[in-house]
Amino acid sequence: MKPLLGVISLDHELDQLNELTYFRCGASVPFAGRYRLIDFILSNMMYAEIVSVGLFIRRKYRSLLDHLGDGKPWDLDRKRGGLFILPPDWNDPTDTSRGELQHFHNNLHFFRRSPGKYIVYSGSRHINMVDIKEVYSQHCDSGADVTLVYKQIEQLEPEHESCTRLDVESSGEVSGIHQEKDNHNIYMEMFIIEKELFLEMVDLCIAHGGSHFFRDVIQKGRGGLKVSAYKYTGYHAVINSVQSYYKNSMDLLKREHYLRLFGKQAVQTKIKYEAPSKYLTEANVSNSLVANGCVIDGVVENSIIFRGVRIEKGARVINSIVMQKSIIEAGTTIENVILDKDVLVSANRNLMGAPQQPFVIAKSSII
Amino acid sequence: MRKKEIVAMLLAGGQGKRLKGLTRTLAKPAVYFGGTYRIIDFPLSNCSNSGIDTVGVLTQYEPLVLHSYIGVGTDWDMDRKYGGVYVLPPHEREDGSNWYRGTADAIYRNVKFIEQFNPEHVLILSGDHIYKMDYKALLEYHKERDSDCTISVIDVPLEEASRFGILNTNEDLQIYEFEEKPAHPKSTLASMGVYIFKWDVLRAHLLEDAEKPFSSYDFGKDIIPLMLHNDKKLFAYPFEGYWRDVGTVRSLWEANMDLLSDAPPLDLNDSSWRIYTRNPNQPAQYIAPQASLKNCIINEGCIIHGKVEHSVLFYGVEVGKDSEITDSVIMPKVKIGKNVRIHGAIINEDIVIEDNAVIGSTQDEDILLIDSEEDVWSYLSRNPQS
Repeated sequence: MKPLLGVISLDHELDQLNELTYFRCGASVPFAGRYRLIDFILSNMMYAEIVSVGLFIRRKYRSLLDHLGDGKPWDLDRKRGGLFILPPDWNDPTDTSRGELQHFHNNLHFFRRSPGKYIVYSGSRHINMVDIKEVYSQHCDSGADVTLVYKQIEQLEPEHESCTRLDVESSGEVSGIHQEKDNHNIYMEMFIIEKELFLEMVDLCIAHGGSHFFRDVIQKGRGGLKVSAYKYTGYHAVINSVQSYYKNSMDLLKREHYLRLFGKQAVQTKIKYEAPSKYLTEANVSNSLVANGCVIDGVVENSIIFRGVRIEKGARVINSIVMQKSIIEAGTTIENVILDKDVLVSANRNLMGAPQQPFVIAKSSII
Repeated sequence: MRKKEIVAMLLAGGQGKRLKGLTRTLAKPAVYFGGTYRIIDFPLSNCSNSGIDTVGVLTQYEPLVLHSYIGVGTDWDMDRKYGGVYVLPPHEREDGSNWYRGTADAIYRNVKFIEQFNPEHVLILSGDHIYKMDYKALLEYHKERDSDCTISVIDVPLEEASRFGILNTNEDLQIYEFEEKPAHPKSTLASMGVYIFKWDVLRAHLLEDAEKPFSSYDFGKDIIPLMLHNDKKLFAYPFEGYWRDVGTVRSLWEANMDLLSDAPPLDLNDSSWRIYTRNPNQPAQYIAPQASLKNCIINEGCIIHGKVEHSVLFYGVEVGKDSEITDSVIMPKVKIGKNVRIHGAIINEDIVIEDNAVIGSTQDEDILLIDSEEDVWSYLSRNPQS
């Protein structure tokens, strides 16, 4: 959609997934058998026909860059516009901006040159299927300066604790932004604002020593903006800890969750050319998600198996997440375990985590 | 333009009549195979893996799917600035509009295309076969012998030899005779439909053949015999790997079943020789608690509640509770209801099979092909036990 410019800021997303984020940022953590967390927001932007997306990154971005490439999977390999990956690289000695605002201040050309009257801002930790076109049309109809996207959670979980909450009036106007733990309106780290207004506020915020656009402008009420909210009702998950990662992954094994996330439109991701998965004579697989390229001859129960995994005869994988290209040799049992990519678990081992505290094995380990 | 050592020409215009309803609206090379592929992925991937980046794909019969599938060749890494994949349908010219009259005629009509690249050699391929082959090794063999034409051959059982083009050779594998589907074959070396020619020699023979009013303009029937007649040097290149012509419903089914053993003759998981295909981008497959899977190949996007044994399922297939699928090939997006039995069948894409249906071949019947919704109904009414 021509009026919209995508902005994805990973600047204040902490790498809280232990071993999974030792060498990659949260946005690049693999999810649901074949995706990375960032695929969800990029796909939403693609389905809203957004042709220009700026991605602001600061650290641990090797894996993310590898995944994104030229943006082709999200139709962002464009002659005009496309995917702009903007790591920090500036040396203006007079620059006083800090934090996320540093990115915006130092990439003014990106904002000025890109088409689009409005900005859709998002992070990558809230997995959702938001229809951005719908948020945009509500934004235009409401006459608000900023529209925040939120989800009313039925059951608050530990991962929601650190999330920002919104007090939303029946008119749709936001009357409070805070961290009060018993509020069920979770702010999804996504908003729409007019580009010129955004840039104006960035300047104002820098002048006042701010570092975080949402917190220092919208939450603090700087600039007297009229803030309203869009209520999102579809699939939603926050991934901000190993526990939330594990729990939300396992939730996809319930058919209704799987269909809510994948039933509507294909989530786009980097294309791999794996063969379909193969089940051999001794395979016994139930209640699991399995991606392509796997060869399975063992037992798999309540688990998520990523692309190209090998599970040998007599091996047992229970309540576990096994990432790309890992190998589980014969006679080995893993239970409540998250294996990162390229892990080799040799024959006849037993790895056991607890359901509340899954055992995480770092990338390329040999056990 | 820079010179290319070799250009590949892939013959993909065939209808594949013996595949019945599977080729009603698409050419044989576009027929699905192996859970995610189309037949043409094999020669295209072989080219890509052999370092051949310039491929002309000659289309004719029902080309829509094939043309949009190949696109600019991105999936086979052929979206190159110089070279790449070119789709070459028959076209009208000053002397009239003509369909490709035969395999040789199809190449003859694209002489100008090949000449742009000024190649030393031309590789002729067909889009009908399932195999992994390093064409680089074939080219080396061809160059070492200073051969005018090298034909890749495979040893077939004597009783089947009369189905193929059979090559009779000297001990050093130089060819002295070529017989197309001989009633009494003298050897068991069958042509795989993979040829490398010296381009200037091929060009001359194509021009000579094109002048003949009664030729069938075919490589096997005309060009090869003509080259032998003209005392050209032709060699056979013995290929030892897996090779399957999937021209019939039975052979297509068999080749799919060949993938299912624990150590299959054609390994699709070999990362050193990947078969590339257009990725339908589906979520990971969902295997329900009561599902059971043995000796099968299942693609992403499938939702399996029932039992699948010794079968190949393409993407987006749904199998309901208490259903059983055995010895079958289920094409993309087929929806199978609850308590269904399917045995020894190929089910074409997008078909819905209602609850409680029983579909399949009996022991002495051939593989059952269900290629449309109407087919399901007529089958079920013929077989009232279902």
